[in-house]
Amino acid sequence: MEASKVDAAPAGAMTATNGTPLWLLAELTYRCPLHCVFCYNPVDFALTQQELATDDWIRVLREARALGSVQCGFSGGEPLVRADLEILVAEAHLLGYYTNLLTSGVGLTEERAARLKQAGLDHVQLSFQDSTREMNDFLSHTKTFELKQRVARIIKANGWPMVMNVVIHRMNVDCIDRIIEMAVELEAEYLELANSQYYSWAHVNRDQLLPSREQLQRAERITNEYRARLGDRIRMFFVVPDYYENRPKKCMNGWGNVFLTVTPDGTALPCHTAKMLPGLAFPNVRDMDLRAIWYESEGFNRFRGTGWMKEPCRSCPEQEKDLGGCRCQAYLLTGDAANADPVCDKSPHHGVVTDAVAQAQKPDAERGRAQPLVFRDPKESRRLAQAAAPAPSGVEVRGP
Amino acid sequence: MSAQTGLEARPRVGSRFRLQWEPAQQSWVLLFPEGMVRLNGSAGEIMKRCDGARSVREIVADLEASFGAQGLQGDVLAFLDMARGKHWVED
Repeated sequence: MEASKVDAAPAGAMTATNGTPLWLLAELTYRCPLHCVFCYNPVDFALTQQELATDDWIRVLREARALGSVQCGFSGGEPLVRADLEILVAEAHLLGYYTNLLTSGVGLTEERAARLKQAGLDHVQLSFQDSTREMNDFLSHTKTFELKQRVARIIKANGWPMVMNVVIHRMNVDCIDRIIEMAVELEAEYLELANSQYYSWAHVNRDQLLPSREQLQRAERITNEYRARLGDRIRMFFVVPDYYENRPKKCMNGWGNVFLTVTPDGTALPCHTAKMLPGLAFPNVRDMDLRAIWYESEGFNRFRGTGWMKEPCRSCPEQEKDLGGCRCQAYLLTGDAANADPVCDKSPHHGVVTDAVAQAQKPDAERGRAQPLVFRDPKESRRLAQAAAPAPSGVEVRGP
Repeated sequence: MSAQTGLEARPRVGSRFRLQWEPAQQSWVLLFPEGMVRLNGSAGEIMKRCDGARSVREIVADLEASFGAQGLQGDVLAFLDMARGKHWVED
């Protein structure tokens, strides 16, 4: 899975909440044949050592189902890299989950598709991304298109509903009409035009990815024209990047409210990117069962509700509406995860967002020399991890 | 979705959806790619009878018998019209 996508869920679904983890996202691996510049996997993913074993995942599936999880997403990295994917899908199906495979399609052969069908897979989300390093060419890149066409045919032949997910950014937003036509041609039932959100790799590459207001308005207008013309044939979701809003999103529909991610090494998180937050201990499914993790762990309780808020959120009449926005965005842009999400124009840090937006209005030629795009690969990951590590220092540790 | 639901129609759960009982939520839910609709009690009772075999007339009769109620036809037809519009049911 290449981009944060919960906010783009078809039909804006899973809105009914009862404080149980209805959504389990099983990030099976960080291994991936692609190098997307907007990947939401942690920039230091290459430091991940040991992936959970098949039996660990089966236990996770059972424990989450017992807690009330009903939607299960198999994601990554590229989940098809895991040879035990069919076993996990079969277990999830038996447990009563609705099973979703979130894939780039690389590795989805007819044989594997047949095994996944037999295992009870309910749905495939095919992401269409920049699989070549020639970013501007990705739509016309014959090899990419042939792969997607072949995979789309396999998805259709197995009777799976198909969601096509395309991460939208400055370099492809002007091709929105071609993207929509491609989805129609491949007979997708849903098309998510998910504007990149600026976390992880997309945050590193933000200056090159954030579209201008004019680009966004044009893309939304064209999307609406296609909606009117195509009607029920395909449902399209256009998600505006929150940098262009004055109020933040209700991130994950509330911290520890409906969403539970388990990362490849077994860390349990309330969202895909929360591991970046410093000073928060997130439990590992190897050490603790999911019920204790969900209800009792510090990591899951830290930002639940409104009790943790500082000003301006603490006295804000809209605090329940957006719950202060996104903790990761607050941390990334202000240095403190307990601050208001600076997308909010009541935040004293709102200027960092408006500065980035102002910069995005300038034509590329006037923006000076940008840093080169950083592609998601293990080498860059290790470099970024090293750059972010604290300088060596001595801390005296005393006994009690 | 053009015509209204008739009494002889035999609705079934739409092909894009899966209907199931969720003990944790004490509700019937409709599942679809990456999403869920939680049905209220009466919607769940109607939807679980939409098996493609029973006619709307039979569904109404069954509901009236099961709940010792009368005059449910109007509510059931109104719900099914809405559900067809959302593709929750097909016939």
